[in-house]
This record gives sequence, C-alpha cells and structure tokens, in this order.
Amino acid sequence: MMQERLLELQEEALQKVAAASELKELNEVRVAYLGKKGPITEVLRGMGKLSAEERPKIGALANDVREAIATKIEEKQKALETAAVNAKLATETIDVTLPGRPVNKGNLHPLTRVVEEVEDLFIGMGYTVAEGPEVESDYYNFEALNLPKSHPARDMQDSFYITDEILMRTHTSPVQARTMEKHKGQGPVKIICPGKVYRRDNDDATHSHQFQQIEGLVIDENISMSDLKGTLDVFAKKVFGQDREIRLRPSFFPFTEPSVEVDISCKICGGKGCSVCKQTGWIEVLGGGIVHPNVLEMAGFDSKKYSGFAFGIGVERIAMLKYGVDDIRHFYTNDVRFLKQFNHHEA
Amino acid sequence: MFVSYKWLQDYVDLSGINATELADKITKSGIEVEGVEKKSEGLKGVVIGHVIEREQHPNADKLNRCQVDIGAENPVQIICGAPNVDKGQKVAVATVGAVLPGNFKIKKAKLRGEESHGMICSLQELGFESKLVSKDYATGIFVFPNDVEVGKDALEELGLSDEVLELGLTPNRSDALSMLGVAYEVGAILGREVKWPVIEKEEATEKATDYISVKVEAKEDNPLYIAKFIKDVKIGPSPLWMQTRLMSAGIRPHNNVVDITNYILLEYGQPLHAFDYDRFGSKEIVIRRAKDAEKIVTLDEAERTLSPEHLVITNGTEPVAIAGVMGGADSEVKNDTTNIIIESAYFAGTVVRKASKDHGLRSEASARFEKGVDPARVREAGERAAQLIAQYAGGTVLQGAAEVDELIMEPAVISITLEKINTLLGTSMTVAEVESIFKRLQFGVELDNETFTITVPTRRGDITIEADLVEEAARLYGYDNIPATLPIGSATPGQLTDYQVKRRKARRTLEGAGLYQAVTYSLTSEEKASQFALETRESIRLAMPMSEERSQLRLSIVPQLLEVVKYNNARQLDSLALYEIGSVFFKQDGQELPDEKEHIAGAITGLWEAHLWQGEKKPVDFFVAKGVIEALFDTLGLADQISYRQAEINDMHPGRTAEVLLNGDVIGFIGQVHPTVQKDLDIKETYIFELSLKALSEAEVAPIAYETIPRYPSTTRDIALVVDQATKAGDIQDIIEEAGGKLLKEVSIFDLYEGERMEEGKKSIAYSLKYFDPARTLTDEDITKAHEKVLEAVKEKAGAELRG
Ligand SMILES: [Zn+2]
Repeated sequence: MMQERLLELQEEALQKVAAASELKELNEVRVAYLGKKGPITEVLRGMGKLSAEERPKIGALANDVREAIATKIEEKQKALETAAVNAKLATETIDVTLPGRPVNKGNLHPLTRVVEEVEDLFIGMGYTVAEGPEVESDYYNFEALNLPKSHPARDMQDSFYITDEILMRTHTSPVQARTMEKHKGQGPVKIICPGKVYRRDNDDATHSHQFQQIEGLVIDENISMSDLKGTLDVFAKKVFGQDREIRLRPSFFPFTEPSVEVDISCKICGGKGCSVCKQTGWIEVLGGGIVHPNVLEMAGFDSKKYSGFAFGIGVERIAMLKYGVDDIRHFYTNDVRFLKQFNHHEA
Repeated sequence: MFVSYKWLQDYVDLSGINATELADKITKSGIEVEGVEKKSEGLKGVVIGHVIEREQHPNADKLNRCQVDIGAENPVQIICGAPNVDKGQKVAVATVGAVLPGNFKIKKAKLRGEESHGMICSLQELGFESKLVSKDYATGIFVFPNDVEVGKDALEELGLSDEVLELGLTPNRSDALSMLGVAYEVGAILGREVKWPVIEKEEATEKATDYISVKVEAKEDNPLYIAKFIKDVKIGPSPLWMQTRLMSAGIRPHNNVVDITNYILLEYGQPLHAFDYDRFGSKEIVIRRAKDAEKIVTLDEAERTLSPEHLVITNGTEPVAIAGVMGGADSEVKNDTTNIIIESAYFAGTVVRKASKDHGLRSEASARFEKGVDPARVREAGERAAQLIAQYAGGTVLQGAAEVDELIMEPAVISITLEKINTLLGTSMTVAEVESIFKRLQFGVELDNETFTITVPTRRGDITIEADLVEEAARLYGYDNIPATLPIGSATPGQLTDYQVKRRKARRTLEGAGLYQAVTYSLTSEEKASQFALETRESIRLAMPMSEERSQLRLSIVPQLLEVVKYNNARQLDSLALYEIGSVFFKQDGQELPDEKEHIAGAITGLWEAHLWQGEKKPVDFFVAKGVIEALFDTLGLADQISYRQAEINDMHPGRTAEVLLNGDVIGFIGQVHPTVQKDLDIKETYIFELSLKALSEAEVAPIAYETIPRYPSTTRDIALVVDQATKAGDIQDIIEEAGGKLLKEVSIFDLYEGERMEEGKKSIAYSLKYFDPARTLTDEDITKAHEKVLEAVKEKAGAELRG
C-alpha cells in the first residue's frame, strides 16, 4: 500500500514540476512535496506499522522518490533560470554595426615616414645616422666638397646666403664633410645624413625652396663603384619593391668622380615606357659616385689607402614616386586630408 | 647644346644609326640627351613657290592677290596679307591640304570675294620661334634665295626635317659645347673617326699687320689674341644652309659675317668677334683691365659702367668690347661695313664670368669662355672664319694675323694602373679593353706592363687626375657591365644616437596621443620670425631673400603651425591636432653660425573627443594640451623633473598660459592663443605648446629599477580643502607630498569646486592620499600620525581649512 502511495506521489510531483512555468511555482512544488509537512514525510511517519523486513525497503523507496523529484526540480530550475536570463538579454540587444568610440590616433608626415624607413634600412647594414646644422659655412657646404668659390658648378645650386660666408645648406653633404673630419683620417666611415636643405627655387608643382635629402657615405679600403651599385640596389628594392631594377648613368658632381645618376625601372609600365617615365622605362631617383680624392684629402683621409662612395636621395622625390603624390607643395601645405592618408603599415 | 643630326654627319659617320639610337647611346655613356626633336613632325604639304604675279586685292587695301607657281601644271591664286610679299620671290607655300603646327589644316578659302588656294608662310607659321627669325623676316613672309627649286619640299630646305638632339651638359663637359666636341664624343662611343673641316687658305700678299697691331697688357687674362683682317667684304645674308643650321642650334641669323662667327662658335666652340675696322677708331688693339668707372655702350645699346675686375678690348684709348662677353656698338659690323677684324682669343674663365655676372650678360660666347675653351683650336677657328668670310661675303683675307701668343699649352699627362681602375670600379677589365677605350677617346696612350700613361688632349680640360680617367673608362665600358656588390670590410654597429632615439619616442608618443606630424618652412616673414619665440633673441635675415614672406629664419615653429590651422580651418576642417619637430635659429654674438636647436611644437583645436551618436563631445582645452605634453614627459622619463608656472607671454591668453620648467629652467610654454590673435588669424580657439627638444633630451633620466609589487594593503584618505581662489593646486600638492613623508605614496586630485556654495573668493579642492609601507600593514595610528602632519602643513603653509 505504502509502496503504491509513494509511486503515486512521485508521479503527481513530477507532473507538477513539468507544468511549472515560473520559479515561484517550482518552489511551491518543492515545498509541497519535499517539505517537512509534505506527503512523503507523512507516508514515512506511518512506517512504524510495517514489518522489520518491509521497513528498509519502503525507506529506500521513499529516498529514491525524494531524489527523483529533487533532481527534476533542480533541472527545471536551471532551465527556468536560463530562460529568464535569455529573456532579459534579448531586451539588451544592440546594433553592432554602429561605429565604435574613436581613439585619437595621429601619424608621421610622409616625408618623415620615408626618412625613418631609409634610416632603418641602413642602420641594419651598419650605418649610423649623422646630422648637422641647416645653416652652414661656405666652407663645409662647398669648399670642403671640392667646390671652391670660383667653381662654375656653383651655378647649379643657387643658394640662400646670409653673409658671404654663411648660407642655408644646399645639400646634406656638409654633414659628410664634418663627419669625415671627426674621423681624423681613420676608416671605416658609414653614415647616412638626412635633413632639410634649401635652394633658391620658386615653389611650384615640382620645385620647393625647402626640401629634404638623405645622403650616404662609406669610406673604407677598397670601396668601389660596384659596392655603390649593390647598396643602391638594396635600397631601391626595399623602398620601391623587390621587382625593381636600377641603372647607373654617368653624370657629374664636383664631390664625386666618377659620378653617376641612378634610375629605377618604372613600376607603372614595367619598363616598356609610359608618360610617367617619359617613355624611357626608367625614372631618375638619385645621384652618387666615388668620393673625389680632393674631398678625401681635405678631410684628412689618405686617398691612396682609402676610397669611398657617396649618394644623395631626394626625400620628396621618393615620397612622390612611392605614394603617387603629384605636387611637391602638398608636403608643406599640411592639409590634414593629405596627412591622414599616411596612416598604416605597408607590407 | 642643340646638335643637328645632319650637321653632325659632316664630322663623323653616322651610317646605320638613327637619331634616337644615337641619343640613347650618348645618354648611356655620359651626356644626357634631354630630347630629340624633329621640327617637321606632323607638318606636310609646304612647297617652294615662285610669286609670278602680285597685285593689290580688289576689295582690301592690306591684302595681296598673288599668282604662285608651285611646280604644278598651273599656278595657283593665293591671297596674302604679308607686307613684304612681291613678284619674283621664292616663298614657302602651304598648299591646300597642308598641315601646319598646331594641326592647322590649310583649305581652299574665299577672302573678301577672292579665292585663295593655300598660304604663303612666315617662319613663325612654320613653327620657328620668333626669337630665331632674322629681323628681315620678323614681320612678314620668309623669302628664299633665288636658286631654290620651285615645287621642292620647303620644310626640307629650311632644315625642319632634320632631327635635333638636346644635350643636357654638366659643367665639366664644356668640351661638348661644339659640334667637333660632340663629334669626338660620338666617335669614341661608336669607335669611328672624327673628320675636321678642311681649310683652304687663300691669302693676299698684303699683311694683316700692315693695318693693325695687338698689345696685351693683361696677359694672365688673355695669353692668346689673334686678329685676322679681311678686306673689301660685302655684307648680305649668309647661305640658307648656314642660317638653318644656326636656327637649329638656337641662334638667330643676322648677316653673313656675324653668322659665320656664330657658325664657328658652334663648330669649334671658339667664340669670335668681328669688328668694323673703319669704325674701330685706331690701328691698335689693346687688351687691358678696365679703368674704374670707365664706360662702354654695348651692342644692345646699353651703357655699361666698368671696373678693374673686367677685361676690355680697346682701341688704345676707349673700350670697344667687354672681352668674351659683348662687343661695343661703335665698332659693330653694319650693312655698309667693308673691312673686318676677326678676333679669336683665349680669355680666362674667371674674368669673363665676373663681367658677364656683373652686367647680367650671359651669352653663348661668355658661357664657353667661362668654362674654358680649347686653347688648341683658337688659331684654327680664326683661320676658318676668315676663309668662310672670303667665301660667302667676298673680300680678301690678308696674310697672317696681328697677334700676341704667350699661351703655354701643356696637355695633362696622367699615369694609372689597370688595378686601380678595376679596384675603384669593382670590375675585371683587361688591358686591351682599357687601352681600346682611351684610343677611341683619341687620348695619347703609352702602356708599360699594366700601367697606362695617358696624354689628355687640351679639349678635355676636365680630365686632370686618375679618377677622371677611371670615369672615362667606366662610362665607355658601360655602367650596365659593372657588377653589384656590397662593401666588405670591418663591421660597424648601426644604431641611432640617444638623441635620435628620444626624438623618435617623442614622435611615437605624440602620434599615439592623436597628433599628426606637420612639416613647415624654416623661412618666414620678419614679423612671424620672432612671434611666440621661447627665447627673446635676434633672428637672422637672408642676404637676398626671394620674397619678404620667406626672408627670415624662424625662432619659433608655432606661427607656421598656426598657418596650417588657418589653412585647414578655411576648408571646414575644424578639429585639428598637429605637431612639428624642427629647427629654430637664434643669432649668436661672436659666432658665425646661429644657435640652432630642435623644438617640438603642437597646435590643437576643435573637438578632442567626439562620439556623436552617443552624444559625447569634448572640445579641446588647456588640460587636453597639457595631458599631451605630460604623456611626452612621462615617455622621456622626465615627469618628476617638470613643473609649470603661470605666465604671461605675448600673443597668448594671459590667464591660460604656463611656462614649462625642467628642473627649474624654462624649456617651453603651453597655453591658449590670445583671442585677439586668434581672431586676426581667423582661426578657431587653439591651444599650442612649444618645447626645446634639445633641453628635454639632455636631462638626466633615472634608470628603470624594479620595485617590489606591494604585499601589504595601502590605505586611502580623502580630504577636501578650502583655500583662496588664487592658491594653486600644484603648490598644495607639493606641500602635501613634502609633509606626508615616506609613507605617503600617491596624491591625486579628484574634485574641484568653485561654485556658489563656496564662500566668496574661495574654492575647494579634494585630494586622495594613498599611504603604504612595503614592509608591513600600516596601523590606523601610523596613518593618522602622518595624515595629521599633512593637515597641519596645508593649514599653515596654504591657509587651507578642511571642508566640513
Ligand atoms: Zn613607365
């Protein structure tokens, strides 16, 4: 009898658990069936009437029933709780496509970007970065570079003089002269010299009275033109892409002999000729050469023992080619719509 | 230098190589060909015509009705407006269907009722620049010499079907400022011979010295002067072929004598000058330095004042020419000239350069003298000119010349080893290869084992040392054949200096804070140069500025940044955050070079934070800007060494500006641009800063040393202090920090109240004080003891009361 009653109670309780749709309801079921005043406790109270054999059986059964009901209640409770949380979260849904809160973020000027890239490349090859004054003496700017006062090549770069002896430097080569002097005739010297330079030019799409250069200088025993070619090849491939080639053409600079003009293959047409490269397949990017023995000697190096190469890169020219900028004045106008374009890392 | 492809063939065989190929080869081996131009490109249908009839147009005063034989079956009628057209002339006729420059197509037309079957052309209409057209034809049609054949291609006759190479010459290659010089270059490139013009000397028995003598008083400036004498010439036009060659080279034809001197200038690179003997004023040529304030009227009819720095040709009393630069008007060759002196001389480059610069006269002649003419060609050039004058202007060349010749011509002799060449180039050329290169250049070559002894012809004055020979070898061997290697040698550490690292850190920090880097000009106006200057020192002015706007070196970066703000504001770009790192320049007494320092400046305006759809908007204020530089000082490890002091600086907001001090020294400022200045500039409210990067980089920075992570809890006590309105929060903080002793680890401000609930003239500042001992947990007693001291100190030193 008691056995049937217990199973009946279990059946009844489980139905109520299943039917419960709220936590409160479920709790009522718990209290009703598993509480001290509940029907199962009631049944157990009547166990005194049972035989010694039956008593443990019914006891065990009662426990099983309690267990079964408790487990179901537990399960149901979890289910109801989850449903309640889900229902709450559903009300909290946002539009994830709305923009995030902006983080202020600036970036380098494109010219500095080029300069740092080139600096890092050459630092990796054992160069240091040398700098010097933008207002220079005629001596370091010209004379120490094999450009005496009467030299006709001085016409090539009309300059901003301050006094007869002082001027705005027309190239960063005076830094080379100063560095060589500091080395007191002892090689090796391996430097690059970035910086602002100034020439008497009217500002237009391709000219700027102020611009930036990076010059390089290596002095050691047995430095050759082929070393210059190899070094500039590394430079061209790093800055313009692995598929670019370079070409050397003879030229003239007073501080180098032999002197060369360096072209890179045109990216636009792949060397076939187009309007950017004026149909030649090549674009002039820099100049260089073997350091003139007079320049070495003036700085205290024995030109019989040492030789060197030097090169000069126009930063604006590189930036214009690299990023396709069509007017040099953009670099100095600083329109933020221009500046903000140079904001991410390129592979 | 413009080089006619056809003319060049007089001196070197160009068979099998067209103008474009030649240009490419010249460029690759050293002289940049900047362009190859064929003037007749796109033109057609222009023939030689013969005007067989000319009458006035029946309905128009200024028009002519011409019947022109163009070699066709019948003559054609052409209406022509040129004032100089006339019967019997040979002219250039653009026939119906012809195409002229600018894709101008000639069609049959009716002009005031009369049919016109073509156009009689001026040289300008055929594409010649006005400055090249002889004055005779400047305002009308061109008239050919009578011997041209009717019906022939007029473009061909005018040399327009020729191709002209434009050489971009570097200053060292003045040897290529002549057709012969270019011929030597091309000969070396192609391995072909150079043919010189043949001079057939035909001279009278009468001597030049019977008429004229030469005396040189300035032999250093003028070691060689040759005066040839030609009698009984007849001035007229030069032959058409000569005129077209001159025009192809960019020189305007004048008359036979002048054209011949110019022709020789182009052919030999030797400038000549022709004097009218009968107007010369004496029988004596004296070359000397000019006297102070001596005057001459030059060919361009300008009176010029000379100085002893200029060399002049005189007739013994007065200057008749500025040597190498320009002749005088008095002795100019004119249409009635009959007796001529031809001057062929060697003038030193420096003295010619000085005169041409002082008088602003750059000419084909002065350009060549300045760079140095070939001394070996001076005599021959004069001979050839005399011969051509006799040939094309009639006249008799008198025997010999009046001359002074003290020129010592020593060709450079340079020895170089094969090894030296190969080492400097990184090549492995053979003796034979190098020898062949020097021979192609027509240099004297002597070979002893592997040492070359080279005798350099005087035309190549640019070659004086070994390295010059290396260059000749390199360019003719071909740079494409030089391998690419990297320097081998002792390894050197590649790295940035401490300063350079700090500058990069500064850039990264400012960019991380949201600022964009700007780069502006160092040159500015006098007014802007010293505005916002951190140090009141003198600025530096250029000797010859191009404009007032760029006349002075800046003392501060800020004015330029404000210009950038203005530019962007004017384009509705209102929220800006910019910085620049650049040099400023202070004049230094007793020093040649200025005191040049790198500064960091910034300008911030508009909204700092804006997240509009969430309703967030924070305009830039003083503390935004201050936060940026605080981050910078933190990165540089200088936060503890920096302090701020309220300051009044010109053009800055008097209440919102601070000086920035590094260990007590002013190294910069920060604040709001004065509203009046802001209004004048027409910009929005803007905050700026400028700091000396040099000073920041030189400060000593404590090394990073690990501190134990606290194992014991810290305790925080908050206090709100009521102080006078004028009391500075920073000062109170200093007092707290000093009084708090070792246990006080951190002080921060968490509230500022200046509202109406405060007593007049007072404000309340709330500080949070964190106490902590790394060795133990602090007791209440410990903390209270320390805290009491703080309260006492602020009361005593700042008059602060605890807010109730
Ligand atoms: Zn291309």
